Amino acid sequence: MTASTLTITRRPARRRRHNGLLYAGVAAVVIYCLAPFYWMLVSSLRRSSDIFDTSLLPSPVSFENYTRVFDPAQGFGRALLNSLVVAGVTTVAALLLATFTAYAMARLEFRFKRLILTLIIATSMFPVVSIVVPLLKLFTDIGWINTYQSMIVPSMSFALPLAVWNLTTFFRQMPDELEHAAMVDGCTRGQAFRKIIIPLAAPGIFTTAIITFIAAWNEFLIALSMTNRPEMQTAPVAISKFTGATTWETPFGSQMAAGVVVTIPLVIMVLLFQRRIVAGLTAGAAK
Amino acid sequence: MSHTRVPPPSPDADVVTGAPAVPARTERPAPRGGRRTVRATSGTAGMAALLVSPTLLVLAVVVLYPTVMALHESLYGPKGLDPETGFISDTEPFVGLQNYADILGEAGERFWNAFWNTTFFTVVTVTLETVIGVAMALIMHKAFRGRGFVRAGILIPWAVPTAISGLLWRWIFNSDGVANALLGRQILWTSEGFQAKLAVIVAEVWKTAPFIGLLVLAGLQVIPKEVYEAARIDGAGRARRFWHVTLPLVKPALLVAVLFRCMDALRMFDLPYILIGAQKNSVETLSMLAQNEASNVRFGPASAYAVILFVYVFLIALAFVRLLGTDLVGDTGTPERSRRFGRRRKSAEVTA
Amino acid sequence: MKTRSTRAIPSAAVLTVGGLLLTACGSSGDGGSGQAGPASFEGRGPISYVAAKDTTGTIQPLIDRWNKQHPDEKVTFIQLPTDADAQRQQMIQNAETKSDAYTVLSLDVVWTSEFAAHQWIDRLPEKQFPLGRMLEPVVETAKYRDGLYAVPHSSDGGMLYYRTDLLKKAGVKAPPKTWAEMKDACAKVQKLPEGKGVGCYAGQFQKYEGLTVNFSEAVHSAGGVVTGPDGKPDVDTPEAKQGLDFLVGSLKDGTIPKKAVTYLEEDGRQAFQNGKLVFLRNWPYVYSHAQKSDVRGKFAVAPLPGLNGPGSSSLGGHNLAVSSFAKNKATALDFIKFMTSEQSTETLLKEASLAPPYASLYDDQQLIDQYPYLPVLKESIVRAVPRPRVVPYGDVTASIQREAYAALTGSKSSADALKALQADLQKSVAQ
Repeated sequence: MTASTLTITRRPARRRRHNGLLYAGVAAVVIYCLAPFYWMLVSSLRRSSDIFDTSLLPSPVSFENYTRVFDPAQGFGRALLNSLVVAGVTTVAALLLATFTAYAMARLEFRFKRLILTLIIATSMFPVVSIVVPLLKLFTDIGWINTYQSMIVPSMSFALPLAVWNLTTFFRQMPDELEHAAMVDGCTRGQAFRKIIIPLAAPGIFTTAIITFIAAWNEFLIALSMTNRPEMQTAPVAISKFTGATTWETPFGSQMAAGVVVTIPLVIMVLLFQRRIVAGLTAGAAK
Repeated sequence: MSHTRVPPPSPDADVVTGAPAVPARTERPAPRGGRRTVRATSGTAGMAALLVSPTLLVLAVVVLYPTVMALHESLYGPKGLDPETGFISDTEPFVGLQNYADILGEAGERFWNAFWNTTFFTVVTVTLETVIGVAMALIMHKAFRGRGFVRAGILIPWAVPTAISGLLWRWIFNSDGVANALLGRQILWTSEGFQAKLAVIVAEVWKTAPFIGLLVLAGLQVIPKEVYEAARIDGAGRARRFWHVTLPLVKPALLVAVLFRCMDALRMFDLPYILIGAQKNSVETLSMLAQNEASNVRFGPASAYAVILFVYVFLIALAFVRLLGTDLVGDTGTPERSRRFGRRRKSAEVTA
Repeated sequence: MKTRSTRAIPSAAVLTVGGLLLTACGSSGDGGSGQAGPASFEGRGPISYVAAKDTTGTIQPLIDRWNKQHPDEKVTFIQLPTDADAQRQQMIQNAETKSDAYTVLSLDVVWTSEFAAHQWIDRLPEKQFPLGRMLEPVVETAKYRDGLYAVPHSSDGGMLYYRTDLLKKAGVKAPPKTWAEMKDACAKVQKLPEGKGVGCYAGQFQKYEGLTVNFSEAVHSAGGVVTGPDGKPDVDTPEAKQGLDFLVGSLKDGTIPKKAVTYLEEDGRQAFQNGKLVFLRNWPYVYSHAQKSDVRGKFAVAPLPGLNGPGSSSLGGHNLAVSSFAKNKATALDFIKFMTSEQSTETLLKEASLAPPYASLYDDQQLIDQYPYLPVLKESIVRAVPRPRVVPYGDVTASIQREAYAALTGSKSSADALKALQADLQKSVAQ
């Protein structure tokens, strides 16, 4: 790694110091983010009788927690699928609605803009604990209990404001000359937006999507309250139902294993998408 | 509620030229050639309404309805126990603002304790998160091998469900846990005291710094490279470039991230609840109070707590919008001229 | 709390007067509707059984057995989170929305009064259940104001786990019956070379429900009460103080390790299994775990010690009740009979080590061979005093935890803590 960076440097000494600093920084970030996660991973690989162990490596390594997580009786696979549906639909819907709204906020002139933005953010402020009972009553009345929409629609309450605000700032950063040039070239406003702004704002849109998806993926209280059939529960709800052999035991190992199982797909997904988006970006810039 | 009046576009607003040195503009990538054309504004109101209304509609259903219900509920007291029958009455008595008076009066000590805890956690965690998050973003923005992996890696803390991360940290901060093993001391993190606050702060910052990091990183990525080049050619040093070029450019993204973090931190619930436990004075937050009332079937007082918290969060958000309005909300479409003249007046109009 | 009810006073007064009039004119003498007869249990058809998630895999086969016998009255098992607070919250939400999704509820023993007073569960016909064959304190937990609102399904009692090998070496012949004996035994053990660095005693002293359990046990074991027989709080007494002082003093003099103020059940179990404790107060579940650990064969159980003799345990366990908003209550009643039958609870004991409510099962030699602790557990349950049986249990346990924890961590003297607790409890119960 260092060899390749050295060959391209013009001022080796300074560069090297700079690179050294950079890698030290990267290492710090990685350690900061991953050390606790490492602990989670290690704990998930211990036998349930070793959970109080504080050694840095599990000895012996045991996959009993993972077999327990994927025990068909837990229905965890189904729960992951449900989470994927709920978080996926929430993200797509929130991003779609938010894109329109954010475009209007960033590019159009109209009255009450601040008021609307403030209203939108205000809606994401009410504690979930307090909206869950009224929502439950509402959804019971209209027969939405045990449906995906009963989880997706309330998730919009936090996903949508987040998406609108983020996208607004990213769209605003796009130079409007490009868009205007495209319109002069004969694009409609919609085309200009789709072909110029969206690709340019891709990092922002993508980041917003990840953050929205994760927020929805991890939602617990609403998902717990709106479902009572095991085949409808989401992953966080399923995790809350992990038990030890008796009431008193905390199935810490299984919970950590479940945490790992819930987190890793997200990271892999991000990795895959990221490649594509970064590639798309550079391709666009080359034109 | 804020009352905002954006000056109507002036008739000659279609073509505005010049306007080179308005401070707010220089913070953005300077339009090449300094020439800028404002989009056609004809019919924008209708189009805006079309674009905005779906969002407002959805939010009205999922938030406005329950919020109004909660406001209404907060005017009712807990159901009373009939000493004769031993049954709780079916109806909640209307008590007006009594719930609010009780919270600030009789239960005042607990309320203010929770209030200060909430504020303390918010100020400390958001500050730390901002510093760490920005540092992360700056590092991640550099080109180095394996950047994609590292970038996905920093997502992990944010991706771990809060409940799981609460359990993880509770284990780490156990009296026989790894934190004490590393420190070589016996600290009772999960009892009462400042160390409990510290444990919550560490866990919260770990979890949410990547949130700010990611958003700021995205903000950095959309800055055109030329801007940096220009600054470098001008001979600006690293620190100068950061303060005068990078920071102003990522400011909108950073501010939105900080705003959302503030609002989330003010409503903090799961983490102290799982990590330290319910009813611990050292870490009790306003959300925990609301939850506690609701769990004891006093929906009226619970709603009152929620409303107070809502008002508090709302005021903070409003202060944000007001103080940093232009950066945050942006009135890009407003013609420069009326912007320049109208800015002071406008910001004065945005009132609670 | 006081001012909140001021507005409600007139209406409450009207209600009370109304109630008095009713009783004056009525001839039943049965009191108000609180003592009203059991609800009618009508309707047959599919129902649901709502309980914490079961990983022992014993509940579903039981339900399957029922479903095979009753193809038209099938039971669906709705599993709730492991966390007791989350279970209660879900059940309350179900009741608040008057949903018929939940039929038979598995209630923690301390929730009975609250659920009965809110009329979230129906009063049950007492005569239809073999309550006479059940342990008496267990049956008490299922009652509210003399009415039966639930049927005992499982029980639980605290026991004193102790290290037989260490006591023997130190020349202590029998497990301690009093706190003083326990401290003596510890002093002797700690003088042994093997006893170095071994803590004496621990229970559950973190600020959570376990503290209420341990505090109540200490108070009851010293001859005090938390709430009197009439349900009125009476905790500011010299007896109660002696109980609390035992815990506070033990933490101060090191009998209880300092870190025990962060202990839940599992932390204490771990410490005991790692040989860090001579004595441990815990539930029966520890037994089979300890048998598989380093202290295998080196420990035994005894009833909890007290101030002047054996102490009294708090009670755990679950009772089954019928949700007021449910359909097919005749089926529900039959299903409860099935689930709480001696046969079913024996299966649960054998396969999930849940303590049964029936007295006879504790004397069954075959079961004792499987669970050697059964005789001690029976003694513990028979002598047990339930935690306060009050409607606002959530508030009461919160007050107990707050004051007891303040005393244990030294931020309040035990006298001040008890005084404050008495005032708090009076306020909660009067509400």
